[in-house]
Parts: sequence; C-alpha cells; structure tokens
Amino acid sequence: MDKQQIQEFIAKRVALELKDGDLVNLGIGLPTLVANFVPEGRKVLFQSENGFIGLGPAPEADQVDPCIANAGAMPATIVPGGSFFDSAMSFGIIRGGHVDATVLGALQVAENGDIANYMVPGKMVPGMGGAMDLLNGAKKVIVAMEHTAKGNPKLLKECTLPLTAVNAVDLIVTEMGVIEVTAKGFVLIERNPDYTLEQIIAATGADLIISMNLKPMVVS
Amino acid sequence: MEKIISLEEAVNLVRDGDTIMVGGFLAVGTPEHLIDALIAKGVKDLTLICNDTGFIDRGVGKMVVAKMFKKIFTSHVGTNKETGRQMMEGETEVVLVPQGTLIEQIRAGGFGLGGVLTKTGLGTLVEEGKQIVEIDGEPYLLEKPMRANIALLFAEKTDLSGNLTFHGATRNFNTYMGAAADISIVEAGEVVPVGEMCPDEVVVPGVFVNYIVDGGAL
Repeated sequence: MDKQQIQEFIAKRVALELKDGDLVNLGIGLPTLVANFVPEGRKVLFQSENGFIGLGPAPEADQVDPCIANAGAMPATIVPGGSFFDSAMSFGIIRGGHVDATVLGALQVAENGDIANYMVPGKMVPGMGGAMDLLNGAKKVIVAMEHTAKGNPKLLKECTLPLTAVNAVDLIVTEMGVIEVTAKGFVLIERNPDYTLEQIIAATGADLIISMNLKPMVVS
Repeated sequence: MEKIISLEEAVNLVRDGDTIMVGGFLAVGTPEHLIDALIAKGVKDLTLICNDTGFIDRGVGKMVVAKMFKKIFTSHVGTNKETGRQMMEGETEVVLVPQGTLIEQIRAGGFGLGGVLTKTGLGTLVEEGKQIVEIDGEPYLLEKPMRANIALLFAEKTDLSGNLTFHGATRNFNTYMGAAADISIVEAGEVVPVGEMCPDEVVVPGVFVNYIVDGGAL
C-alpha cells in the first residue's frame, strides 16, 4: 500500500466504529477522511469545534461560503438539521461528554492510554487547539495513525513527548491492526492479514497482548 | 450614545502595550479591516488573546508578520510559520492554551467569575504553576479569568445599538470577547437602524458592544 492507500484503509476501518446516531468529531488530516466511509444506513453527525454540528462535505467551487469552513479552515457545508454556535457552546458539547467519539492522529500513544500529539519541543510546536478538550471530554477516543514513524514505534510503554492527555485513548487503528487500550495494556484485536504477528510485535514499542478472539482486519 | 465610529477612530483607541482580544477562528469571523488599519497605524508591544494566529496573509497572522505582539495567548499557531519562528527565536512569548479553556477564561473574565475548573490539561504542561482543586474527590485545574483593554470583533450584522447577529461559523470567540474587554469594537458586515432587527435573532446583546465600524461601507 502507498501512503494514500494506507490512510484510506485506516479511515475505512475507523468508520466501522461509528454507530448510528453518533455525534463525532474528526481531527485534521487522516481522521478527516473517515467521513467519506461511514457505512450506509448509519446516520452520523459530525461536530466541528469551530462552531457547528452537521459538518458536511466540501462544496463545489462555485458554492463556497467563506463563513462556512471546517476546523482546518477548508471550505465546508452544513447538512440539513445542522446548527451553528460559538466556541463556549462548542466546547461545552465537547468537555461535557456530549460527543460520542473523536478520531485523532497521534505522535505517540502509551500502553496506559496517554497520548502525545501536539508538540515536538524545539522542532514543531503547532499547539493543542481543541485536542486536549476532546481527549478529556469525548466518550470514546479513537487514534487513527500509521503504526510507526520512519520505522520507529509510536505505540510505547511511555510517551517521551509532552502529553496532550493522560489515560485518554480507547482504541488505536493502524495499517497493521486494531489495538484496544485496556487496564492490562495494548490488546491486538484485529490483524491486517498483510502483516504477520511477528511484524506487528516488532513494530510496537510495548508489550502487545494478542486477543484470544483475534480477527482479521477487513474493510470493504 | 452614538456607537458608529470611523476605522481611524477605532484604531486610535488601541495603544502601544495594550492587551487585545480578536475574534475569529483561522481567520473565519475576523475583523480584517480593523486589523489592516492597525497594521497601517503601527501599534506595538501588544499582547494578543486569540484562538489561533491565522495565516501570514489572513487574520491576526498579518499582525504577527508586522511584529506587533510581545506576548500571545492562543490554542494553535501551526498555520502561521512566522509565529513559530518568533516563538522559537524568543522574539515573542507564546502561551499555548487549550481552546475550550481559552474561551472559558474569556467568558469568566467578562461574566464576573473568579475562574473556571476544568479537567482539560491535567497531567500535561498546561497544569504547570496552576492550582489543582479537588471537588468531590475529583481533581480539576483552576484556570483564571482573562480580560483585555480592547476586543476587536466581527459580526454579520448589527443594529445601531450593537445587537449582533452572525452567519455560519463566525460566532466562535466573537460572542464573549466583548464582555471581557474594557472597550469592544465590532466590525459589522451590515449596520441597520434600531428596530429593524427582531429581538429573537440577536445573538449578542448590544450591552457588550461599545463601538461599531461599518464594514459594509468600507
């Protein structure tokens, strides 16, 4: 798989986690792709932290409204039944536990659910934006990311980068498999048949418990 | 009191060293005319409170490029390389604040609250130097209120009393910053006479707006 295929594969698998009626917040980048793959028949509403529920697909070029953009400043639309609101309302929705799931990228995830995804000191300091609030407030936190960065594991015993939140991650979806974060640590619950267990274990920087019910990671 | 003022009168209210709040989210809902006029006037040593630092050519990012800030409180600088450069090279102090915390600190500053308690930031660099308060056995971070000398806001429409309405995703920080500043100035896309706006459609009551610049006339 090339980079784009890997990202689509991960996004398709994440989309299967979303349930009918869920309110979901997608992070920038790979997580944004998830909206394209929501299984038919499931009505999922997307929240955009800049102030609306009902984030729709990008508009045609001649339909762009400069006042309607997603949280990454890309032109967006709002679906029928959607609503606009200010940032206090938006983060009340997020912090108050009214978002069913959030999908975010990560630089590192630790086996206790700690996550680092907002800065590399001295190199890249974009800021946390709404990520700290989402990680604390969303009912379910799904990390969508490639399993390694330049061959280095991103799933670790402990994060070495500054944390965005502690004990926050519930599920990790990578091109290699689906990993649950449990009280016992990382549990591999699905394996992409393109990779062997040995390859996945070697690419993981912490103990990886293999689920008794390990399933193949399949997307349509 | 007459609230309509010219762009020139508006920027003359901002003085060197002031703390300013600016509405907008990645330059959506930002008062661009006020920003351009401030850059033309050339105020300096400002402290900025804003959701993000926009882009080098849009929103408050243009003021970053013009080196008008000595300190910035914001949740995100990743879309503006110049903010990153100034931060890394120590030219501008940047305090990163979680977005939901930033809006609540502003709300607290405007609404007479001594601060807010939030779990956001616990166990991270954000908690450094802050008080942790236990409520019914649960830890929370105490985040103090924020206020400013001036708030620069954008609204789709205002009446001459300063009652504001909005379009799309432009409300963001514009609805609360006026309350948290000594002087608030709104750049409105349209200004209508008193009585022409249905009270039901008002999102921000005019009590929070001191001055209006008619952006539609610029």
